[in-house]
Amino acid sequence: MTTTTSTTVTLADLTRMLRESAGEEEGIDLDGDVLDTPFLELGYDSLALLQVIGEVQRTYGISVPDDAVVDAETPRALLELINSGQGSEA
Amino acid sequence: MRRVAITGLGVVAPGGIGVKEYWDLLTAGRTATRTISFYDPSQFRSRVAAECDFDPLAAGLSQQETRRLDRAAQFAVVSTREALADSGLDTSALDPGRIGTSLGSAVGCTTSLEREYAVVSDGGREWLVDHTYAIPQLYRHFVPSSMAAEVGQAAGAEGPAAVVSTGCTSGLDSLGHAVELIREGTCDVMIAGATEAPISPITSACFDAILATTPRNDTPESACRPFDRTRSGLVLGEGAAVLVLEELESARARGAHVYAEIAGFAQRCNAYHMTGLKPDGREMSEAIDAALAEARIDPSAIDYINAHGSGTKMNDRHETGAFKRSLGEHAYRTAISSIKSMIGHSLGAIGSLEIAACALAMEHGVLPPTANLHEPDPDLDLDYIPLTAREKQTDVVLSVGSGFGGFQSAMVLARPERSIA
Amino acid sequence: MTTTTVVTGLGIAAPNGLGTEDYWKATLAGESGIGPVTRFDATRYPARLAGEVPGFVAEEHIPSRLMPQTDHMTRLALAAAEWALEDAGIDTGDVPEYGMGTVTSASGGAVEFGQRELQNLWSKGKEHVSAYQSFAWFYAVNTGQISIRHKLRGPSGVLLTEQAGGIDAIGQARRHVRKGFQAVVSGGVDAGICPWGWVPQLAAGLMSTEQDPARAFLPFSADASGYVVGEGGAILVAEDLAAARARGASHVYGEIAGYAATLDPAPGSGRPPGLVKAVRTALADAGLAPADIDVVFADAAGVPELDRAEAEALAEVFGPGAVPVTAPKSSTGRLLAGGAALDAATALLALRDGVVPHTAGVGAPAAGYPIDLVTGAPREADLRNALVLARGHGGFNAALVVSRTA
Repeated sequence: MTTTTSTTVTLADLTRMLRESAGEEEGIDLDGDVLDTPFLELGYDSLALLQVIGEVQRTYGISVPDDAVVDAETPRALLELINSGQGSEA
Repeated sequence: MRRVAITGLGVVAPGGIGVKEYWDLLTAGRTATRTISFYDPSQFRSRVAAECDFDPLAAGLSQQETRRLDRAAQFAVVSTREALADSGLDTSALDPGRIGTSLGSAVGCTTSLEREYAVVSDGGREWLVDHTYAIPQLYRHFVPSSMAAEVGQAAGAEGPAAVVSTGCTSGLDSLGHAVELIREGTCDVMIAGATEAPISPITSACFDAILATTPRNDTPESACRPFDRTRSGLVLGEGAAVLVLEELESARARGAHVYAEIAGFAQRCNAYHMTGLKPDGREMSEAIDAALAEARIDPSAIDYINAHGSGTKMNDRHETGAFKRSLGEHAYRTAISSIKSMIGHSLGAIGSLEIAACALAMEHGVLPPTANLHEPDPDLDLDYIPLTAREKQTDVVLSVGSGFGGFQSAMVLARPERSIA
Repeated sequence: MTTTTVVTGLGIAAPNGLGTEDYWKATLAGESGIGPVTRFDATRYPARLAGEVPGFVAEEHIPSRLMPQTDHMTRLALAAAEWALEDAGIDTGDVPEYGMGTVTSASGGAVEFGQRELQNLWSKGKEHVSAYQSFAWFYAVNTGQISIRHKLRGPSGVLLTEQAGGIDAIGQARRHVRKGFQAVVSGGVDAGICPWGWVPQLAAGLMSTEQDPARAFLPFSADASGYVVGEGGAILVAEDLAAARARGASHVYGEIAGYAATLDPAPGSGRPPGLVKAVRTALADAGLAPADIDVVFADAAGVPELDRAEAEALAEVFGPGAVPVTAPKSSTGRLLAGGAALDAATALLALRDGVVPHTAGVGAPAAGYPIDLVTGAPREADLRNALVLARGHGGFNAALVVSRTA
């Protein structure tokens, strides 16, 4: 399943996928400076993250470890997990 | 006030069909979890389940029933017949309108529905599924209420009947509903319990998607580890338990064997999250408090707690928090165990299977253990009865459950001859 | 038991009207919501008509975060629950924390959501199954989502008796109120107009295959040819009367005065079905005699043998033609788990306005049905007590008495 790809997932990609797969909390500006805002403050729970991680895996063929949903508390942390040396099949 | 007695038990469980085999398994601390055999699980993250070795004909169903009924309905009808025989109640001598039916199930006839979906959709290829391939009984599978009708009609019951479907608290809530119908005077006898046969690809897929089920596929027999530091998720199970409940005085008058009284029940919602739990266990604690208040029993009288113990870290903290909130210091002196370590989590059925286990524990003076509990989680500091059953006479037993949707339920069993405050 | 349980709030989503007053106006005008199915291409199926809720734009009612995790059914239910609470004027923050619960009915769950995920699994593989599938399709989803949205932490539940479930949910709500809880959000909303919701019903053989919307669902008519499925239903706020008065509730629709449910005996047992018993028990529960009932909202299956059985049951209890009988569901289709709740809401509106809505589209009952079916136009009457009946597939019977509050 794992494909090595040069594609980098950007914050814009991530927020677009969040909107599509989990919706958007009222009063939150996802287009603002949210890179280091905890997902919880953005209104996203673990199910929302699982949903978006699934979307990343399907769209980009990137495998994201199960722990990401717990470990990645912010968009920056999640993007790092997604873009850094993925490909280890757990 | 009318009181409610358990006078009959019937069980279909992983590792044993019938009450005797069920109790043997639980007291031996044996586990019935194994690699899924019903379908090829290789695409799934979690490939373990607690399956029943169930042959419907050998279990006493007719050819017609076997063809007509979904697996979950088969479990329910078989359990109903065992429970009625165990109770010694001759329902044909009673007013059928005074006998009710309350059957819990979270996901209904999932197994049959997915199988038939695959047929009419040509393996998922067609959105416009083909009605010409539909089996005549498909609608009965589609509306799981049909299972309550099957159970009621098998028992000769013509009073109120319903399927109670509150996710994983269905099995407690269906019994709680039945207790209410007897107390309020609507019914004298209730055929009450719960059934589930969810082990099907769609169930594997949806629990995989939220990482709820364990990935511990290499050692399936020890995959469900509630309260253990190494726990990693729940193990799907299946089965049914049906109880005969009777108004206590009439049960005594006919000389019925009374396993226990269902003395209190309460259900609350956390109104927090469809799947998540807060660590403080506040709403479960409220349900426990309300169930004890209804039973007029002090928390310090609890001898044993049958925990929800699903095998997730979130649950373990949540309910440990709830026990401490409701029982205070007595929580540290109370024996607690999770039989899901042995028979997995049969979703809507498990609550009734657990109450059956509680009734048997009171009957035999033995508490079933938490299997696979080798390395206690240092954050969990109560007595979770690791590995081996414990001899202990019990007068008051609490069982709790949590369900998707935020449901929190608590039920109190007690010896009917206790003095009531 | 001295507690009086009343209904203080209604929220309706029906095929002939979105919102209580639109629905009620359409019902009195005899406007039908039955038409060709638009939610999927039904042309390949023998049944091609449905009652679809008009004008529901989910995004206007449902927060964005809830959209990906809810089916059409749950969105309708959430909207109806919100309207019911607004109508009741209850500020849930003023109610004790565990003082309000939620009890709803369900039939086949959120079928469209479920079909999409089944298709994802079977055609593409398990990586394509939504993280929300674990609860979005299941029978408890409406209760759970309503409870979470409005922070209702009291006793809650979900009862499944197919079409009878709406009444059972309201009966259960009354139980909780009688035990001392202030209010319960109850009723039912259903929606399964999708291929996987269609095929099981076709298999049961009771759907009408008539293609003319005006002719497809004619309960009690000599031309009855089966039922048409609809979507929607009603959510009601059942509340303790004293508490409603204490908080200055602006209106009380009526009292939930009587309730009973029965199960038919096994087919072939030779014993009679349970509908008559349900009616008599509900009347006794309300402390009323048959003569006290001013109108009956019938189950009205639209299937000849079931219509006949219901007409004969009514004649057995009330006497032939002795009580007005109506089935406004001829304009909506059968809403399964939402149907009986909508009928209960309709009965309460009838009590409020002193008018019996008619069975629109039906000219007259079939010869030999011993009932006074209200047809042609609404009938004004001084209504004190209304009886609502429902039957669920497989043998469920439920009866509810609602009464004008003194």
